[in-house]
Amino acid sequence: MKLYLKIWRQKDAQSKGKMVDYTLDGVEGDMSFLEMLDILNEELVSKGEEPVEFDHDCREGICGTCSLQINGEPHGPDRLITTCQLHMRKFNDGDTIVIEPFRAKAFPVIKDLIVDRSSFDRIQQAGGFISVNTSGNTIDANAIPISKHAADEAMDAAACIGCGACVAACKNASAMLFTSAKVSQFALLPQGRVEAADRVQNMVRQMDLEGFGNCTNTGACEVECPKGISLTNIARMNREYLSASIKG
Amino acid sequence: MSGLIKSSIARKVVMALSGLFLVIFLVLHVTINLASVFSPDFFNEASHFMGYNPIVQFLMQPILVAGVIVHFVMGFVLEIQNKNARGMAYVKYKGSENASWVSRNMIYSGLVILAFLFLHFYDFWIHEMAYKYVEVKPEDPTRYYAETVEKFEPFWRTILYVIAFVLLSLHLWHGFASSLQSMGVNNKYTEGFKKFAKIFAVVVPLAFVFIAIYHHLNPITH
Amino acid sequence: MAVLDSKIPSGPLADKWTKHKNDINLVNPANKRNIDIIVVGTGLAGGAAAATLAELGYNVKTFCYQDSPRRAHSIAAQGGINASKNYQGDGDSDYRLFYDTIKGGDYRSREANVYRLAEVSGNIIDQCVAQGVPFAREYGGLLDNRSFGGVLVSRTFYAKGQTGQQLLLGAYSAMNRQINRGKIQAFNRHEMLDIVLVDGKARGIIARDLVSGEIQRHAAHAVVLATGGYGNVFFLSTNAMGSNVTAAWKAHKRGAFFANPCFTQIHPTCIPVSGEHQSKLTLMSESLRNDGRIWVPKRKEDAVAIREGKLKPTQLSEEERDYYLERRYPAFGNLVPRDVASRAAKERCDAGFGVNKTGEAVFLDFAAAIHRYGKEKAMTSGIKNPDESTIIKLGEEVIEAKYGNLFQMYEKIVDENPYKTPMMIYPAVHYTMGGLWVDYNLQTTIPGCYCAGEANFSDHGANRLGASALMQGLADGYFVLPYTIGDYLADDIRTGPISTEAEEFEAVEKEVREKLEKLMSGSGIHSVDHYHKKLGKIMWNKCGMARNAKDLEEAIKEIAELRKDFWENVKIPGTMDSKNQELEKAARVADFLELGELFAKDALLRNESCGGHFREEYQTKEGEALRDDENFKFVSAWEYMGEPKDAKLHKEDLVYENIELKTRSYK
Repeated sequence: MKLYLKIWRQKDAQSKGKMVDYTLDGVEGDMSFLEMLDILNEELVSKGEEPVEFDHDCREGICGTCSLQINGEPHGPDRLITTCQLHMRKFNDGDTIVIEPFRAKAFPVIKDLIVDRSSFDRIQQAGGFISVNTSGNTIDANAIPISKHAADEAMDAAACIGCGACVAACKNASAMLFTSAKVSQFALLPQGRVEAADRVQNMVRQMDLEGFGNCTNTGACEVECPKGISLTNIARMNREYLSASIKG
Repeated sequence: MSGLIKSSIARKVVMALSGLFLVIFLVLHVTINLASVFSPDFFNEASHFMGYNPIVQFLMQPILVAGVIVHFVMGFVLEIQNKNARGMAYVKYKGSENASWVSRNMIYSGLVILAFLFLHFYDFWIHEMAYKYVEVKPEDPTRYYAETVEKFEPFWRTILYVIAFVLLSLHLWHGFASSLQSMGVNNKYTEGFKKFAKIFAVVVPLAFVFIAIYHHLNPITH
Repeated sequence: MAVLDSKIPSGPLADKWTKHKNDINLVNPANKRNIDIIVVGTGLAGGAAAATLAELGYNVKTFCYQDSPRRAHSIAAQGGINASKNYQGDGDSDYRLFYDTIKGGDYRSREANVYRLAEVSGNIIDQCVAQGVPFAREYGGLLDNRSFGGVLVSRTFYAKGQTGQQLLLGAYSAMNRQINRGKIQAFNRHEMLDIVLVDGKARGIIARDLVSGEIQRHAAHAVVLATGGYGNVFFLSTNAMGSNVTAAWKAHKRGAFFANPCFTQIHPTCIPVSGEHQSKLTLMSESLRNDGRIWVPKRKEDAVAIREGKLKPTQLSEEERDYYLERRYPAFGNLVPRDVASRAAKERCDAGFGVNKTGEAVFLDFAAAIHRYGKEKAMTSGIKNPDESTIIKLGEEVIEAKYGNLFQMYEKIVDENPYKTPMMIYPAVHYTMGGLWVDYNLQTTIPGCYCAGEANFSDHGANRLGASALMQGLADGYFVLPYTIGDYLADDIRTGPISTEAEEFEAVEKEVREKLEKLMSGSGIHSVDHYHKKLGKIMWNKCGMARNAKDLEEAIKEIAELRKDFWENVKIPGTMDSKNQELEKAARVADFLELGELFAKDALLRNESCGGHFREEYQTKEGEALRDDENFKFVSAWEYMGEPKDAKLHKEDLVYENIELKTRSYK
């Protein structure tokens, strides 16, 4: 099939970017979206032009590196997948596809479609851990039974890949879903409860400092999340935060 | 505690609490107003009580006004922060694919309601103030029904009221239903609460619409 | 043997590690504050090592090419992590895990290292649970286990189909804690381009900031390489697009021996290649073989009909199917080790029984499992005499609960519903057992340069068992390297900070710069991918699942020619001093083009078949691998001598004191 691409090009963080039009022929349905971009880049390189830079790594939907806003939606029109798992069979011959970087003040553009998501790392560094030494002199793994239900729910929250689609989709560029997923994972497990109050306060403080927007419960994040992280986590974080703040 | 005031989560809790407070006020308001259709006498009585009881006048009314102001001011603050958080706008943004129109446009439904409130205050509150404190007319516990019905005589006003109630419905549809989520409540009762909130969001504004249209169609003939 | 001292402690196998820990030197906490360590790569091994070293008090600098340590490719491991906890009471022990690993590795790994791995495996699980890793649990609240290929016990711990992700996030959270304390400085989006030796010791690295293009010098008292495997030398593999050999290769060129480069694992359950455009292969977890049955049609004409789309696999009756693994290996059936399963699939496809358009795919069928689980479920739910559709519905629910995410992934990629029609799978390059040679302390032949995780050669011999990579990465990172490195650093407490102004740094930086300039100045005929794909074809066709002397000799020649062509004609747009993904790729492919040659040379040397290394000349009449313990019971460690093909061989003889060498049999 033949596609008309409108792609955001931006030389570096300081430069002003703009949308550039490309036409690409010979795209097949079995190709992944990123393979389609590979072909475009191959053409650009052969013409001596600079290829379109985009973030990607594992190409199997787990590393969370790929990050495109495709036709106005993070990771494109399909659900529960990342851009690298999006296949061209979702598009039709003659389609126009608009490709932009994830947009948020806390995700500044580095080049073309690549954004800097280190704000996510800093939120995790503020408290996204359990303070245990890695000495191995810990108690036996089976010493604390954890209900299957809690473990499963913690796992569902922990499935977050930190891609930033929640921020990109949210009309407020809020990072609540991302932050709440980590807060929830640890809040649900007895190991994590010990420092739950400090954790939630520190992580939320950092999240606010990074300049993400406020949550207005639109639910867009949950819909676009490639791992189906639930809004319940945000409610849990709100609850954890309120009780931590009130208890002081 | 200081974090509670400055943080994004605290802000949304403030929105939720002030919103819930206004929801309670709406219940009271719609109850009394419905009386204007079914029992003008009771309506007069209740209105007179609300207009002259010192607790209502000097304690509850200021709290209500404060609630309205907090809800609106915080709403604007959040909207500005949220707009800023995006940085550069998308060339193409398909919000409709992942979120409902009402949830994405609370600021607009809110603004229409705010504009309506000015009209509403002009119609009733300013009138009351003038009656009581400027013209200093004597108490008249029977005047309210007639005054109210009279207001709905002009077609344009009735239409404006109806439009505002439709927007109120949309605003409540998202705001009321998600208020518990903001306050951290999400459990097995949540789905039930959401259903109730959505029914509320339709029924209460509908009742207001009914009252407005009823009075418009049934003017007092002199 | 003077060059290769494996430093294996004396004494009985089970006591070696404890004894060694008691014997080695330690650095006191006050002195650790004055010692800097560079950790390159932040996957399971690197992330765990960085966190532990920082916790012990060292100043750690981490480097990764990804935008965050959380994205290292350890994240893609699906199935699980082994540990000899014996929670299931099925007779597991450290010894059994040790034995299975040595046997699975086809007797080409070191006894002492593997035993240590088994010994600390239980600690890993304790550690990860303490960190909040949400492992799967049973209803009683205790940890659940599943079984994996090549073993007869259930010792695999898992977190849904995302075990690697959860373990990596655990290590990442441990790192974050240390970053928060200021003990780790993380350099993300930085790539190590060379290692710097001062007085023969590893004292730093040259790295490129991938955003600004700046070439930087970083000094430390020791350098840890945990940069993963080199499977991408095949272009198509299950590795991440950025996975590369550069750090290990640069160390090799400066004196670190490269061990067993030809030992590559080809994973049997990957989604088959769909076309020329393909950039990457996707693995379906080995855990699927617990419930899936692998087959091809018995009759060739059926296979042809399926290929042409005239026949559906579900139309073939049981009698018309060849469950070739169950037929050939009745004891282990579909759960034979990976190398055996892969070769068996290739054998059937080469014989003309392949089932997709390219003829390179076999079926992985869940119909029987769906039926079995459906019946069980109906029974436990109290449904008497369930009809067929109820059984299938219930069975599909059970399968979905177990493998839902994998099935969904398959459907997204292939556009077929694996609940209704069998999956198609084919082997793909997945893991490299070979890597930098290290001694018992995980030190390479460069003093002060350590190597952990997949990047080293140490524990898996010629074939790795499923769910053992995560175990090894974390064992190296959390429990081995942080202790053994102290033995070396104890001599460095009075050294003081290492200066980046030394002439050695100057010289290496200059070399790095010149190399990049040379890449940028190519005549500009072909893209980097063009060369990478060509290299991949040579590797897959001549150094892949089955190898022979003639092919390997050709490969050596072809790779050298391709390398020459690459350096003359590669085309890289953009500039050196800015973000430039083509340049990043080019620098990596340049190193693959050298490694590939050594790979083929190593495969050519090894005149035997063992584990993942299958030489067509050396097989039994039934087509099983024929090992030659008399002549090849050694680790081949290559010393760089100027050109990959000139590499000098050093042999580390493998001594088996506790295990009797046997022909591996899974029949």
